[in-house]
Amino acid sequence: MENEFADIKNEYETVIGLETHVELSTETKMFCGCKLSFGAQPNTYTCPICLGHPGSLPVINKKAIENAIKIALALNCNICENAVFHRKNYFYPDMPKNYQISQFDMPVGINGYIDVDMGSYVRKVRVTRVHVEEDTGKLIHIGSTGRISEADYSIVDFNRAGTPLIEIVTMPDIKSPDEAKQYMITLRNILLTLDVSDCSMEEGSIRSDANVSVKLISSDKLGTRTEIKNLNSFRFLQRGLEYEVDRHIDIIKSGGKVIQQTRHYDNKTQTTMVLREKEEAHDYRYFPDPDLVPMKIKEDWINKIKDTIPELPSAKEKRYKDFLGLSDYDSSFMANDFEISSYFEEVLKHHDNAKAACNWIMGDFSAFINKDGITLRQSKITPENLAGLIKMIDSKEINGKIAKLVFEEMYNTGKNPTDIILEKGLKQINDTEKLEKIIDEVILKNPDAVSQYKSGKSKAISYLVGQVMAKTHGKANPQIVNEIIIKKLS
Amino acid sequence: MSLINLGAYELNELIKKKEISVFEIAKAYVQRIDEVENDINAFISFDNDLVFSRAREIDKYIKDGNDILDFTGIPIAIKDNVCTKGIKTTCASKMLSNYVAVYDATVINKLNRHRFLMIGKANMDEFAMGSSNENSAFGVVRNPWNLDCVPGGSSGGPAASVAAFETACSLGSDTGGSIRQPASLCGIVGLKPTYGRVSRYGLVAFASSLDQIGPLTRNVKDSAALLEAIAGYDEYDSTSINTDVPNYKSFLNTDIKGMRIGIPKELMIKEIDCEVKSSVNNALRMLEKSGAIVEEVSLPNLEYALSVFYVIAPSEASSNLSRFDGVRYGYRNTKSRTIREMYKKTRAEGFGPEVKRRIMIGTYCLSSGYYDAYYDKAKRVRTLIINDFKKAFLEYDVLISPTSPTTAFKIGDRADDPLTMYLSDVCTIPVNLAGIPAISLPCGVSKNNLPIGIQVIGDILREDNVLKIASAIESEVKWKMNLQI
Repeated sequence: MENEFADIKNEYETVIGLETHVELSTETKMFCGCKLSFGAQPNTYTCPICLGHPGSLPVINKKAIENAIKIALALNCNICENAVFHRKNYFYPDMPKNYQISQFDMPVGINGYIDVDMGSYVRKVRVTRVHVEEDTGKLIHIGSTGRISEADYSIVDFNRAGTPLIEIVTMPDIKSPDEAKQYMITLRNILLTLDVSDCSMEEGSIRSDANVSVKLISSDKLGTRTEIKNLNSFRFLQRGLEYEVDRHIDIIKSGGKVIQQTRHYDNKTQTTMVLREKEEAHDYRYFPDPDLVPMKIKEDWINKIKDTIPELPSAKEKRYKDFLGLSDYDSSFMANDFEISSYFEEVLKHHDNAKAACNWIMGDFSAFINKDGITLRQSKITPENLAGLIKMIDSKEINGKIAKLVFEEMYNTGKNPTDIILEKGLKQINDTEKLEKIIDEVILKNPDAVSQYKSGKSKAISYLVGQVMAKTHGKANPQIVNEIIIKKLS
Repeated sequence: MSLINLGAYELNELIKKKEISVFEIAKAYVQRIDEVENDINAFISFDNDLVFSRAREIDKYIKDGNDILDFTGIPIAIKDNVCTKGIKTTCASKMLSNYVAVYDATVINKLNRHRFLMIGKANMDEFAMGSSNENSAFGVVRNPWNLDCVPGGSSGGPAASVAAFETACSLGSDTGGSIRQPASLCGIVGLKPTYGRVSRYGLVAFASSLDQIGPLTRNVKDSAALLEAIAGYDEYDSTSINTDVPNYKSFLNTDIKGMRIGIPKELMIKEIDCEVKSSVNNALRMLEKSGAIVEEVSLPNLEYALSVFYVIAPSEASSNLSRFDGVRYGYRNTKSRTIREMYKKTRAEGFGPEVKRRIMIGTYCLSSGYYDAYYDKAKRVRTLIINDFKKAFLEYDVLISPTSPTTAFKIGDRADDPLTMYLSDVCTIPVNLAGIPAISLPCGVSKNNLPIGIQVIGDILREDNVLKIASAIESEVKWKMNLQI
């Protein structure tokens, strides 16, 4: 399978463009004063405006525009002079006005790019536009399957209606499903760093539509594309695209023609299915919303927003490498996941040992959370406590072996390391007098090892150290033990 | 003299002097409504008890020593496309025949601060689309001067109710002449303010870039006062203008000597009735006598105003009216099996023919492949019209024209001929396209006893000039009211 894909890859080129929707986490909705909510009682966060009652009018949420500008700047876009809103007209019961207020020919940002780090190379993905629009309500289909086609009836919750939404559209610069996934990871990380969205995948705060086509490498002409709608996980995005690429190539190889369609990815079958054909495409009858006047975006406003943009992941990675002395791999690992980098930096705030913090996070910590399928923040270990643990190791209060035990206890209980060590009496024994006594005992009880050491087998010393450690339940400072034994046996 | 014959400012004086109670005013008007409403049909919602209980509340409010403002206790009818919380707001459509508004429009909030007496919700052309008030799901409104004639539209109810003394004043809305044309046909004063002067929040939208709420009154002074009461910036309407509201009443009865008046020749077209023309000319001569300078002026692009309007207004309407789908409120066809079928049947049954015609025109104009040729082109020509006015106002303080080419026409006469009907607004439409203020007031009566209206147009936010000239016309031009009822 792997090889087959490689062969195909040699012959065909994959062309992917993504449209990503991001729900902003502003306090209020895009065009009214309703608070944003998730999981609230249906239709409780609504008003005449977001319910589209007769006579109600929209007013632009300035904060949402500000966040859009922030995103556009972070994605290296040019910012438009005016935020102009259009109406996108189509009938659907989740849309209170039967038009969506969106942007058309004058989006907030245009002509940007994202550098996507693929490990061995960097893929520059151009961003054609960043625009603002309002989200729709949520339809719930009542029936045995919850699917619209089999529903007895549908009900609608307008809490989400009017939530500010950002759409980020790329050029077809993405060359593989893996790059698409990496693009979305990179984008999500930037958005989290900007603190403009919770980017929750489960809640659908970030979701992508993917346009994909394949062409012979030798050909200049793009193939016919299909669009996969509403991919709200990195995995679905990658799998859906892989399925589509294979499907396109199969069709082309067997002499067929790919039909332009909108498709839906079903994770149960791991396949895509037709939603609608091109002929069913809507005519949205875009026109400028006469209820809204264009919002001027002045240079000094842009500059003010620029000042609020925090250090972005790419800059972070460079700093970790240049100033914290992390390796290329470690820097990339720590910087390119917002949760990890924010956790990492919080640890450093409490105790400044970047290398150790990095090793813990990438090593034991990752192993534990991966096993349980949770994230760093979902674990019981706070950054402060992890810093405390590292501090104790650095000050030789505990040794590495004990540290692992303490870590496990921290992970299971959420207690702080000082308490654990006190409770369990795990404090390292650095007291030479105390240690000498134990060592003398061990030397007496292990004449074989002693003679082996004396006959030049230096490895025998580890056995003796091990015995001391066992006797002290791992609490002895192994370095001191080592030194004392050598001294005693020489 | 009966209370109903008094203007709002006269009633205000009497209330202030504690010579009459609001309850007495309410009683006089309710009695009048009982007498004539069967003939006029000016109201969609009217509730005696509600009017009386409100009147009592206001009397108590006054007795408690609260300030009496211009419209404290003054009966005002509200066109039924302005949202009134807890009260049906139907837009004269089957689609909203049982719709109870969930909030008050900004203009209602402003008038509530005065403690005004809402007398009822006034009849209109469905969704404000029409020039005769024949397109109402609640029946035609009849002209108090001649019950066989239309009152004009779309604010037929607001105009007829004021003319028939069923209310002291009313609020209407004007998208292409819907305040001024019925005011003209009913022999009263109708003012369309500068676009953005009055908040549209709570006005059920017909064409958002053209709609504006304004007063219909029996005299210019009431018009100025009512405009003052409802005007002003509103953070709920992004298109409202953020400048102070002047004391409009102060512009009345001022010297107009040296004021420059332009007569756009494109509005003195052959379709204008001879009688209308001569009445308007007569008024112009009076103004000249008072020291104004009157000259003919050309605004060449006004010729295209009607065509431009009938692209832009239906386009915006097609989108504005798409929310009426039977999903959340209003009329719904309950026998449909699918959502598409429900949409189609709800809208087919809920909207009247004129509304459907405009939705179809607008949908067509905005469709891909036609947008540039229609909507975009119309917007460009609209800019030319705006520039024509700008140029004219460099030379003139106001422009004057007839309000309507004809006096009130017979009910049914133009009902089957939309194009002739559309011509009713040929003089008023350019004003909406330019977003400028204009007033219509009576300037004479025709031989067959129907009122004739004159239109005074001002530059953006120059309601002052409009009111100055209107006030001069009102005091100089004499005519006699002779109602059939």
